[in-house]
Amino acid sequence: MMKVLVTVKEVATVEDEFEIEGTAIDERYLGADLNEWDDYAIEEAVQIAEAIGEDEVDVVTVTIGPEDCEQTIRQALAKGADRAIRVWDDTLEDADLLDVGAKTAILEAVVEDEDPDLVLSGVQSGDDSFMATGVSLADAVDFQWAAVVNSLDLDVEGDTASVRRELEGGVEELTDVSLPAVLTIQTGINEPRYASLRGIRMAQRKELTVQRLADLGLDSSVVEGDLRLTGMSVPESESDATVFAGGPEETASELAAILREKGVGQ
Amino acid sequence: MTDVLAIADHRRGELRDVSYELVSAGRDLADATGGDLHLAVISGTVDAFAEKLNREGVDVVHTVDYGEEFNHDVYTQAIVQLCDEVSPQFLLAPNSVNGLDYAPAVANRLDLPLVTDTVDLEVDGDTLVATREMYGGKVETTVELTGERAAVTIRGAEWPGASGTGEATIEAFDATIDEDAIGSSVTGFEEVAGGDVDIGDADVLVSVGRGIEEEENLELIHELADALGATVSSSRPIVDAGWLPKNRQVGQSGKVVTPDVYIAIGISGAVQHVAGMKGSDTIVAINTDPNAPIMDIADYAIHDDLFDVVPALIGEFQ
Ligand SMILES: Cc1cc2nc3c(=O)[nH]c(=O)nc-3n(C[C@H](O)[C@H](O)[C@H](O)COP(=O)(O)OP(=O)(O)OC[C@H]3O[C@@H](n4cnc5c(N)ncnc54)[C@H](O)[C@@H]3O)c2cc1C
Repeated sequence: MMKVLVTVKEVATVEDEFEIEGTAIDERYLGADLNEWDDYAIEEAVQIAEAIGEDEVDVVTVTIGPEDCEQTIRQALAKGADRAIRVWDDTLEDADLLDVGAKTAILEAVVEDEDPDLVLSGVQSGDDSFMATGVSLADAVDFQWAAVVNSLDLDVEGDTASVRRELEGGVEELTDVSLPAVLTIQTGINEPRYASLRGIRMAQRKELTVQRLADLGLDSSVVEGDLRLTGMSVPESESDATVFAGGPEETASELAAILREKGVGQ
Repeated sequence: MTDVLAIADHRRGELRDVSYELVSAGRDLADATGGDLHLAVISGTVDAFAEKLNREGVDVVHTVDYGEEFNHDVYTQAIVQLCDEVSPQFLLAPNSVNGLDYAPAVANRLDLPLVTDTVDLEVDGDTLVATREMYGGKVETTVELTGERAAVTIRGAEWPGASGTGEATIEAFDATIDEDAIGSSVTGFEEVAGGDVDIGDADVLVSVGRGIEEEENLELIHELADALGATVSSSRPIVDAGWLPKNRQVGQSGKVVTPDVYIAIGISGAVQHVAGMKGSDTIVAINTDPNAPIMDIADYAIHDDLFDVVPALIGEFQ
């Protein structure tokens, strides 16, 4: 039996207009969503299971987050993950920033418990964008890894993942990675499915285990890193744009005049 | 333990710009700590690279002559050994796709706190104060690192590239690379297909982002492009969704474009997008969010619904 562990985060989304309270955005302006990159990681894992045989691949998700994010976890289960783990307790609740080191320590403990063959994480989370947890985790658990993967071809017999890493400037690096490995998954690698009604119904019955730090053999020292979030502000606007005001007819006509001046549409 | 070690970035025989930006960022930090700035260049034609990296402000360049192309296992091992030798207070790496393929592993191995994608760095006594964005650039945060040492990645194009010729010593560093620990191998490179259109050639680009919501709404954008005699390009989510081919994507992992006029419609202006279009002569943004980061670089803006503005604009040109 092969096991694929997928890291799934519920990210905070912010409305266009918002206010900052101390070092966080005022909760009134926050929403929550499945991290865009993780959606692709879940899909990739489910497609692996479908290709190899759903009875032969176990897809497990792991989330660090409070009870509120179970809705998001159920979404992952509805899309085809088999079961889920959620790690949370008061220590984590009180921490103002879970840095890469803290996430690594927690996920490391989960990987040791679960012993997966493959871990898929997103390239980044859309809210704090550290882009580092997957690779840090790989090193911690002594797995191989590849960052920013936009194509994955698994050779289970050969214990190898042939991947494409998306570099800058439209260049892709073709790399063979031996398993077990952590791959950070880039958007566009597949087309994430919508959960079917049947999937959503089934998700309610799937196992979702909650673990506290102590259950994982960890204590509060995991959150006592050297990193502190000390300020948050709206960046000083550098904009010196000419803003056209008024209704769409008016603004379009003003913009059209500028475009014509520049020789556009002539 | 006041020194700074910065890792140069190169690919397929060329040093990347961020390497020189790392020199500037590293020099500022070393001035603040009163230490030296060390650079390391790993794999490839290291001696030629070292000559180029010898810019004003660099004290030592360490060369690790092992292999041709980037391999994260080689980098990780070499950097861990260099840190042992140099004992830097700050380890600097680029926030590039390759930088992010080794910096987190090095930080983990050396138990260093890591802060990524920084846009500003200050030293305040014993504390490193890093500025970085969150929520796609909607807010800026300050993060303080209070430990004795730290690993930091810097965002490209935030620091000026160092210039001038320095007086650095160039030292070959004899890293011991454990080949059994190399678990991945590069088998090749591929350029993403050119296809039918080269958006890099266009004088006018009508560029569409996630604000368009549905594939069928793209028709509106094509109509506008036709009316303007422009070419259609897009941000990444449109290509990810398969609504436009990959060769239409503007940005870090797509094309870098410099048209006369770039009209961004329903595009927020994420750093990876802006990297591909900030050199455009005139930038127009149509976006309901007046605070979207794209506004920072726009020359003309309409803070309104694209579904109202675009039809009106099409009307203007018919
Ligand atoms: C390694 C890496 C590489 C990447 N490479 C690229 C790249 O090459 N190119 C790229 O583009 N991205 C790239 N990205 C993704 C990037 O981070 C952003 O996710 C992406 O650019 C967002 O695209 P967007 O602006 O279209 O969408 P969003 O950020 O979702 O913005 C949509 C915008 O539309 C506006 N809007 C919504 N409705 C309307 C309406 N009715 N009228 C007007 N405006 C409206 C909203 O206010 C918002 O500003 C990369 C990311 C990573 C991690």
